[in-house]
Amino acid sequence: MLDEILYPSWHWAVSGAAIALILFLLTITGRTFGVSTTFKNICGLVGAGKRNDFFKFDYKEDSWRLFFIGGAILGGFLAGVIFPNPYGVSLDYDTMVSLEKFGIIYPDADSFGHGFFPDEYFRWDSLKAWLIAIGGGFLVGFGSRYADGCTSGHAITGLSHFQLPSLITVIGFFIGGLLMTHFFMPYIL
Amino acid sequence: MKGIIFFLIGIFFGITMTKSEALSWFRIYEMFRFESFHMYGIIGTAVIFGAIIISLMKIFKVKIAGGGLVTYTPIPLNFKRHIFSGTIFGLGWALVGACPGPMFVLAGNGYFFILVVITGAVLGTYSYGIIKDKLPH
Repeated sequence: MLDEILYPSWHWAVSGAAIALILFLLTITGRTFGVSTTFKNICGLVGAGKRNDFFKFDYKEDSWRLFFIGGAILGGFLAGVIFPNPYGVSLDYDTMVSLEKFGIIYPDADSFGHGFFPDEYFRWDSLKAWLIAIGGGFLVGFGSRYADGCTSGHAITGLSHFQLPSLITVIGFFIGGLLMTHFFMPYIL
Repeated sequence: MKGIIFFLIGIFFGITMTKSEALSWFRIYEMFRFESFHMYGIIGTAVIFGAIIISLMKIFKVKIAGGGLVTYTPIPLNFKRHIFSGTIFGLGWALVGACPGPMFVLAGNGYFFILVVITGAVLGTYSYGIIKDKLPH
């Protein structure tokens, strides 16, 4: 009985409600749900704040986020390593077929078999994987700071506050995502 | 000691990202191909419940930590900036198949190559900080 609660993945509605609960918990504790600011905090912690005030790490304002991220990493370990879903992600069949032309065979491309990340494609000994990871990460970091928020800050928090700038930004997220998936990825992967 | 509270909320966030499968590279790819409702269901449910919760907190003037009310500091409306910056983010999101939250949760799941992606994101954030005054906002 307990196993049926601890191990399986959640229905999307349960997942969405859980995210809304996190928004509530961070709002009631006086914080703003936004993860991408962590990258700015990392810049500040390694000393970038000395030359540029933008990166300045303010212990009163920013330290909670480090606890939050530490918890998120542990939560991932608990949910994915200690209590893993034995079945993995049930990916759409057409999605699987379309990945084969990139040499990404599902679910073998994920060495854990969870369907979370194609670590057999993104290998430590692949220069291409490093370039994609650094380049893609760069776009996420640059874009989220320029947008002043990522999926949590705009798509969840901003939209929950009925913010038009967040709606336009989220439309931008999808324009970029669709362009990458349908036009650029066939050339990159 | 306050840190413990945010550590616990973080654990719940990590579990949610994992059990929702929202951290999955494959789920993001599937979403941008419109081949599953899963991710749209998650985001849609989160926004509907989130908007109801935030609205109720505002209507009933719920006191938050520190004694204040729920407020939001709006970003100045600039269509070009929002579309352009959002598109840059989206290009990266689809390519590495993870937005910032899931990146950290993937590391906890044992996918350590994501640390390379996080390094790229820190470099991108740093680059923005260097040139931000030259960009339209």
